[in-house]
Amino acid sequence: MTRVFVPKDVVALALGADRIARKISELGAARGATVEIVRNGSRGMFFLEPMIEVETPSGRIAYGPVSASDVASLFDANFLNGGAHALRIGKAEEHPYLAKQTRLTFARCGITDPLSLQDYEALDGWRGLSRALAIGPTAIIAEVTQSGLRGRGGAGFPTGIKWKTVADCAGDRKYVVCNADEGDSGTFADRMVLEGDPFMLIEGMAICAVAIGAKKGYVYCRSEYPHGAKTFNEALRLAREAGWLGNNIKGSGFSFDIELRMGAGAYVCGEETALLESLEGKRGIVRAKPPLPAHKGLFQQPTVVNNVLSFAAAPFILAEGGAAYASFGMGRSRGTMPLQIAGNVRYGGLFETAFGLTLGEIVEEIGGGTLSARPVRAVQCGGPLGAYFPKALFDTPFDYEAFAAKDGLIGHGGLVVFDDTVDMAEMARFAMEFCAIESCGKCTPCRIGSTRGQETIERLMKGENIAGNLTLLEDLCQTMKFGSLCALGGFAPYPVTSALRHFPEDFQPHMAAAAE
Amino acid sequence: MPKTPVFDEGRARQIIAEHLDLEGPLLPILHAFNEEFGFVSDSAVPLIADTLKLTRAEVHGVITFYHDFRREPCGRHVLKICRAEACQSLGSEAIARGALAELGVTWHGTTKDGEISVEPVYCLGLCASGPSALLDDLPIGRFDKAKLTEAIGEVSAA
Ligand SMILES: Cc1cc2nc3c(=O)[nH]c(=O)nc-3n(C[C@H](O)[C@H](O)[C@H](O)COP(=O)(O)O)c2cc1C
Ligand code: SF4
Ligand code: FES
Repeated sequence: MTRVFVPKDVVALALGADRIARKISELGAARGATVEIVRNGSRGMFFLEPMIEVETPSGRIAYGPVSASDVASLFDANFLNGGAHALRIGKAEEHPYLAKQTRLTFARCGITDPLSLQDYEALDGWRGLSRALAIGPTAIIAEVTQSGLRGRGGAGFPTGIKWKTVADCAGDRKYVVCNADEGDSGTFADRMVLEGDPFMLIEGMAICAVAIGAKKGYVYCRSEYPHGAKTFNEALRLAREAGWLGNNIKGSGFSFDIELRMGAGAYVCGEETALLESLEGKRGIVRAKPPLPAHKGLFQQPTVVNNVLSFAAAPFILAEGGAAYASFGMGRSRGTMPLQIAGNVRYGGLFETAFGLTLGEIVEEIGGGTLSARPVRAVQCGGPLGAYFPKALFDTPFDYEAFAAKDGLIGHGGLVVFDDTVDMAEMARFAMEFCAIESCGKCTPCRIGSTRGQETIERLMKGENIAGNLTLLEDLCQTMKFGSLCALGGFAPYPVTSALRHFPEDFQPHMAAAAE
Repeated sequence: MPKTPVFDEGRARQIIAEHLDLEGPLLPILHAFNEEFGFVSDSAVPLIADTLKLTRAEVHGVITFYHDFRREPCGRHVLKICRAEACQSLGSEAIARGALAELGVTWHGTTKDGEISVEPVYCLGLCASGPSALLDDLPIGRFDKAKLTEAIGEVSAA
């Protein structure tokens, strides 16, 4: 029996993995080979997907990117024994893209069957939670604080402090809420956890529950992730059956359970208070703070809201100790960040690494420049509310403070690469349009300002009153930045002003208009 | 494809009842309606409001706030095309315009034969293998016009 791994990560599916799996079964049967197909997560080298792996006595040998029409030739090349073939990569972990990474959070993703408890346990699964149950709340929070972990959802708030605030609240009805709304274009790390290593998220949330004394957790997953939701629900069922969720977890006397809830296509529901409103069954309108969710969160009870990656870091931190996590990184950005390299890029994928690489190293060296083979012109960092960086800023190190100093944000770690055909006025226009579509409507600068901003840029693009409209736009951006209640309206100006500052030529009489 | 393409009050009441044990049951109920009937009928509003002890305006407000909840029946298949930045960087907008023209619809529209509804989506988490789309539950990466046409042909034939 030879095990062949065919990822079921949605990227692999989008590139035909199901067809490949079927073809391998068919041809295997026809040729009398006994093949067991394992549907693993993705290793995150999306430029090689669908990347299949074959278990051989000398390790797992990868081939990719495979298409269904390659399967016959793979059999001819004796791939079941690791035979030579044009698509043969060798051992995946020796591929430079993986070898250069520091995988703490994504240590298992792509290696295991995401729904195999046996695989999970064999690769360090549940060690963090077991230790958490043994050491108790105060010591757990001390480890998380020492790790230096900052929220990976965008704001970078210290996770240890958040947990301590909720732990210190009186009362026994508290909630653990996981933000799996991952709305930023260019990001997919949360999705990869849901699809590729769901038990890790369950473990991380359970560790938090022990720390704060919560019995109930929710994962709020965007509806654009139906595959991740399905896998995660199945993982919840399996974890419950195995006694890692539910009453009296593994005889510890501690009880905790998790429920998955789906968003409904509203970007603003990634904002934590809008998310809580949505979980309660209301419109996703942002709440004014204070009170903080830590004090009055879900159903007005003390609540920890963390991003998927923040929870997912907890099992490692508890198993290996906060100091081990903090030994990676730079300055006040400790540990690793799963970078998501996306857009018009040659080697797109997930690259987990300690903070501190420069933007240029990430885009040019790791990402290999553009897919179109044209020069890189701009990189949007940190999602739709993040700034556009020109090549002149490629020496900026990837670190919360260094990016903030350049009027940028690292957000959830997404990087979207554009080549020299990009029209930055159009990208600025889109940023305003997106804000208008997704605004929750609570405050005027965001609700009205975004539409006005979009119109003003459209006028600029037609070449109307350039100087006047530029002043108006700058003004509007200032108003939105300082007058908005949340970061949707408050940060939407960043892509606009960065485009204005770094690519002013695109706002001069517009190419399209000039051609008329 | 909706399980019950026309609104059915009995089934609607059943769906609501199935969710009453949940904390904050409204969104799960609306999702269940969307899945069962393909849309959330206006006739569902008073049923939900009465059972959950909300005003009709509150329920209506929630339905209209979220992009996912359709108020009209949709086509037999739903094609969601990503319009967010990473897909734009690979020319998604031009390809999408071509696809819409070929289907003879605009965004949110349904083809005349009732086969396909096309909706915009802002990121599917396939941003390193874009341009991306989702046809019912089938993700499509690196799409071009030919690939979209082929996928539509396959689901329509099925
Ligand atoms: C408009 C908007 C969208 C957001 N979207 C997300 C999101 O999709 N996922 C996320 O984790 N945080 C998102 N955030 C940040 C959350 O409000 C919050 O800071 C985060 O969930 C806290 O978790 P963390 O400390 O682990 O990062 C968003 C914020 C804003 C203003
Ligand atoms: S800034 Fe926009 S999204 Fe945020 S609260 Fe105000 S209106 Fe709502
Ligand atoms: S931007 Fe299109 S899939 Fe993410």
